[in-house]
Amino acid sequence: MVDAGSNAPRCALEEKVATMGYGLSFGWLKDAAGAIAHGAAMTVFLIACTTVLGILISILFAAARRSRYTMLRKAVAVYVEVVRNTPFLVQLFFIYFGLPSLGIRLDPIVAAIVAMTLNMAAYTTEIVGAGLDAVPKGQSEAAFALGLKSRQVFVKIILPQALKVIFPALTSQVIIMMLESAVVSQIAVRELAHEADLLQARTFRSFETYFVVTLIYLGLSMAVRRLFVAGGRRVLGAGVS
Amino acid sequence: MIEFTLWDILRNLIFATRWTVLLSAVAFAGGAAVGLTILSARISERPRLRRFGSGYIALFQGTPLLMQLFLMFFGLPMLGFRIEPWTAAALGLTFYASAYLAEIWRGGVEALPRGQWDAGASLGLHRIQELRLVILPQAFAITRPAAVGFLVQLIKSTALTSIIGFEELLRTANAINNATFEPFTVYGLVAVIFFVLCYPLTQYARMLERRAPAQ
Repeated sequence: MVDAGSNAPRCALEEKVATMGYGLSFGWLKDAAGAIAHGAAMTVFLIACTTVLGILISILFAAARRSRYTMLRKAVAVYVEVVRNTPFLVQLFFIYFGLPSLGIRLDPIVAAIVAMTLNMAAYTTEIVGAGLDAVPKGQSEAAFALGLKSRQVFVKIILPQALKVIFPALTSQVIIMMLESAVVSQIAVRELAHEADLLQARTFRSFETYFVVTLIYLGLSMAVRRLFVAGGRRVLGAGVS
Repeated sequence: MIEFTLWDILRNLIFATRWTVLLSAVAFAGGAAVGLTILSARISERPRLRRFGSGYIALFQGTPLLMQLFLMFFGLPMLGFRIEPWTAAALGLTFYASAYLAEIWRGGVEALPRGQWDAGASLGLHRIQELRLVILPQAFAITRPAAVGFLVQLIKSTALTSIIGFEELLRTANAINNATFEPFTVYGLVAVIFFVLCYPLTQYARMLERRAPAQ
């Protein structure tokens, strides 16, 4: 607009602001708060479902991997390797776009939860497995000697001790999954990243929108960590050791 | 209407894979260079630099890569750079990789016994010499399995750059899918190609890990 040409490009940002009249603006934020909150709630919902389902599945799979049945052990090993060596986004597209050709048509939210659960379970199966291996053998021997059945031994003796050992690793995995869940915006699940896409298309404040949403993700990941530390202390802290 | 055979699809996908590989290599090399800088800040003797290092790492590890890529894509033009998907993708992944590599190497540095520093100092080495000759070579060696493991994560992460318009494997797959309407085959093949890229590295990382205690 004004004398732009003569200025030495000392500070590129300031020059841009002077020439294009572009400055950061957060005026849109007031009207957008509802949409952002809604998106954040969806992100929390997705990760909550994934955490519960993913940990249940990975307990089953970790046990299956240590079972007597060779086929079962191999099947779980193949699943873990395939999921860990392919991108989550490709898995998501395969489930959402690819499976309908087999007649399995999923709603975007269901597809997102399925993809996230299967992805996280592949990582947590390994983690839970490491926890199971870390429980000393004497623990189950003592439990059997007290006359407990093998399922009781697993659920009441082995599992609580294993979970306690692996709790920090599980927490990190949940947070990684929550951050990765941003890509489910690509199949139009209206979570936080998707709300950001919609907002920036409406306000033309792309940078500011993604900046604010990135900070919200940062806040969410810190909150989830706090919650897990507090919850873990309460549930696993006393009574088991 | 052009007919696509399975071979046409596969050929185009394999052709696009070179961009995935190139981007991974650039991001890993760039990430190693930037990561070294962040590492030296993170383990510096000055508290302010240490805080900067840990803040940087926490920021990149606590936010989604997709958001980092979007910020790069929309933020750099505001600083006056002409930005293309390739630049945004390479820079975004470089910063992302730098945070993870710095954190991995920091683990290695802290795992070394205090005596290594003292021995270096007693030989009259400067701090920088100490790092270069004594500390970092050992830290790199003991964290190699983790660094290779991160490379696998980085290769998988390149798929996200398709969203900001970089023509790598997954974006090419989307285009082919739009032309052929065979998502099952197309995305299945993409998964196979990623698996072929990543699985040997995963096995290599595992081998390094197994061999580690013997050293």
